[in-house]
Amino acid sequence: MYALIALGYTMVYGIVRLINFAHGDVFMVGAFLALYAIERLGLPLPAVFVCAAAGCAALAVAIERLAYRPLRSAPKIAALITAIGVSLFLEYFTALHQVFGPNFYAFPRPFDVVSREFGGVTVTNIQGIIFLATLATLGGLQYVVYHTKVGRAMRAVSHDPVTAGLMGVNVNAVISFTFGLGAALAGVGGVLYGIAYPQINTFMGVMPGLKAFTAAVLGGIGSIPGAVLGALIMGQSETMTSAYLSSTYRDGIAFLILIAVLLVKPTGILGTARVEKV
Amino acid sequence: MTVRIPRVAGNILKALLPFCLLTATLLLLESREYLNPFWIRIIQLSCVVAVSALGLNLIYGFTGLFSLGHAAFYGVGAYTAALLMKGFVGAYGEESFLPAQAAFLGSLAAGGIAAALLACLVGLPTLRLTSDYLGIATLGFGVITKVLFDNADSFLPQLGGARGMTGIPRMTETPWVVAGLVAAILVARNLVHSTYGRALVAIREDEIAASTVGIDIFRYKVYGFTAGCAFAGVAGGLYAHLYTFLHPSNFDFLKSFDVLMIVVLGGLGNLSGTLVASFGWIFLLEGMRVLLPPEYIEFRWVIIPLLLIVTMLVRPQGLFGRREFPFLRGKVYR
Amino acid sequence: MILSVQGLTRHFGGIRALDGVDFTLGRGELVGIIGPNGSGKTTLFNVVTGIYRPDRGSVTLEGKGIAGLPPHEIARRGIARTFQNIRLFRELTVVDNVRVAYHPHVRYGPADALLRTEAFYQEERRTREQVEEFLTIFSLSDRRKELARNLSYGDQRRLEIARALSCWPRLLLLDEPAAGMNPSEVGKLMDLILRVRERFSLTVLLIEHQMRLVMGICERLIVMDFGQVIARGVPSEIQRDPRVVEAYLGKGGSNG
Repeated sequence: MYALIALGYTMVYGIVRLINFAHGDVFMVGAFLALYAIERLGLPLPAVFVCAAAGCAALAVAIERLAYRPLRSAPKIAALITAIGVSLFLEYFTALHQVFGPNFYAFPRPFDVVSREFGGVTVTNIQGIIFLATLATLGGLQYVVYHTKVGRAMRAVSHDPVTAGLMGVNVNAVISFTFGLGAALAGVGGVLYGIAYPQINTFMGVMPGLKAFTAAVLGGIGSIPGAVLGALIMGQSETMTSAYLSSTYRDGIAFLILIAVLLVKPTGILGTARVEKV
Repeated sequence: MTVRIPRVAGNILKALLPFCLLTATLLLLESREYLNPFWIRIIQLSCVVAVSALGLNLIYGFTGLFSLGHAAFYGVGAYTAALLMKGFVGAYGEESFLPAQAAFLGSLAAGGIAAALLACLVGLPTLRLTSDYLGIATLGFGVITKVLFDNADSFLPQLGGARGMTGIPRMTETPWVVAGLVAAILVARNLVHSTYGRALVAIREDEIAASTVGIDIFRYKVYGFTAGCAFAGVAGGLYAHLYTFLHPSNFDFLKSFDVLMIVVLGGLGNLSGTLVASFGWIFLLEGMRVLLPPEYIEFRWVIIPLLLIVTMLVRPQGLFGRREFPFLRGKVYR
Repeated sequence: MILSVQGLTRHFGGIRALDGVDFTLGRGELVGIIGPNGSGKTTLFNVVTGIYRPDRGSVTLEGKGIAGLPPHEIARRGIARTFQNIRLFRELTVVDNVRVAYHPHVRYGPADALLRTEAFYQEERRTREQVEEFLTIFSLSDRRKELARNLSYGDQRRLEIARALSCWPRLLLLDEPAAGMNPSEVGKLMDLILRVRERFSLTVLLIEHQMRLVMGICERLIVMDFGQVIARGVPSEIQRDPRVVEAYLGKGGSNG
């Protein structure tokens, strides 16, 4: 599930070299949109996914146009700080009483939990759904990036925005699309999270966002398979840490692994080094 | 040798002057009740944050090292100083004033040294990474340190762990924060306006070129990083004895981001900007607590990010460009 | 003999940037390296100055091997260089750019800097005086307080050379110092290089495409192509060497 969020981070970084700190909060918005869709609108589950994805995509595109695009030529740090500003704003704005409020909300489970045993490992149908959904999105993403015109455009812009623009690619549109796509994934992730952990609140995006980001770096930022790989590693290490050590060390272990990997492979496991011409 | 001593002695006297002036002014205002305790507290906090921010400016503004874990060093300094001070008070009681002050100085120094040692430890593996990855690695160290703080009570119960550390003696009064700030300003200024500062800036500007003119870039990165983190450690010690309560959540990523923001807003590589931004930020943050009507108190955290975003959009290079206040220009000629 | 390079080899992925390069430099010589683009000239500089380690071969400076040493160590031993794509400290002033190069020679420690001792002020003054001297030689005195990024192109190139000289090198490596200059500037640069070599007793090795400069001041030439030395000799011989002509014209490379 981290994979979905991680993909968004890696895609955005690959294309504009920006660490979009607000991404984790888009995830949170997705969960809330889903809640709204289920409770107020009574939509069936697939529609909820669509609703959350679309809403998040719209949000991300808006953020990009308002906050990031004007800073394209500014020093990178300005964009980064703005990203964090957006993140904080999303968190606290939705935490205001007038909006969502700072409390935890119960997320209704649209179906019952069913457990099954597969060779000694207990798997719930929820985990199954998460797994399948992730796989489906991954497949869809793979298709988009490698087999469509837009995907080609995305890859072109991530290599060299100026030349891509000269070749007739509408760079701004592609960037917006990338943000939107990443956000849609996060939105889906938000819904899945809500189903899996039936409590949501406006700060829920912070830790998963940070960890997903770490996962993206771990796997090599800018690399899509890397993001997935990183997320898998992180998820596994967390579960194992909770099981064998104490769960309070859980947050730390992920970063420890990250640092260890960075020492050996400074651009992440599947990342490509950016060579500087001397 | 006889030529050296008068010069340095003269310098020390020149440093004492602003210290005495500022302390006297503040104490006077306080005693005459022109400043109520709330604002005094804010001024004291601003001084502490300014020290930490000066350190981060050294690391990021001057040496170009993107460190997102500054709060960890702040925390290490805080806990170390607090532990030592509590130990002292526990052993000798609170009655002895002068020895307590001396012990406080010692524990602040210890806090700074602890932070510096940790900085070396962290820096050795990470400072070889490029900017974005360095940021992530330092962020990671920050989180790991916080996790360690949370679990600290399992190996040292006095540290309190996730319940927080209480019972720290209130040692940080106005003279201490002013002294700390003046000292930090002088150290930062004198370092920056010397060949060492120039070496650090050269590293920031162009590592490869810097190495070809004879600067050992890795070694100096470690120096710059360690120095900046030492500032954070001392600031942390002052902080611990100001609020007398430490909790790991005070030293999370948000705190690192806080101080990063101050440095960027003030202008990277500009000391005056850091000072103004530190005070401005704390005053804004705390001042809003007073200015906003009670139902809207949470709007603080909505307004501030918005202000931040707007500022970045309007002036991304920070408040001050290259100009510094006169006392920060660091003349090197007589 | 001040510099000796033997069998120097360096790969990047599948590309052989340097493929067994040999040559020597005598003390005080002014030697030029020419060759088509991509022939490995800059890579040679990068290996000699320690930015890259060679895969094979040796570099000997005044009898001591330096291959594999870090760049700052090689700089301290007396090799300074300029870069093809000017690498100045853009946000520093002209004065500071040169002063930074003084750093390894500065005779005070951090304590002196922090406490502002007499030693500190004296040394800073001495440094400043030396720097001013350099700036005068390079006609940059009147722009001493300008930020490096605001200088004209020609000034920036000269500043880079000035900075390199502040390292008090014995061997100066210039990478396309005349790139982008007009004929009158090239003439002044040729003058400058000769004067500077004389005054500071330097050995100079330069890479250049502008034939006027190469033919004008170089005592000896080394021609490279595909990472190898394909010809050596005095300029007049090289001009007539068929291998050299083929290397340039056969690939459509620039010639003067």
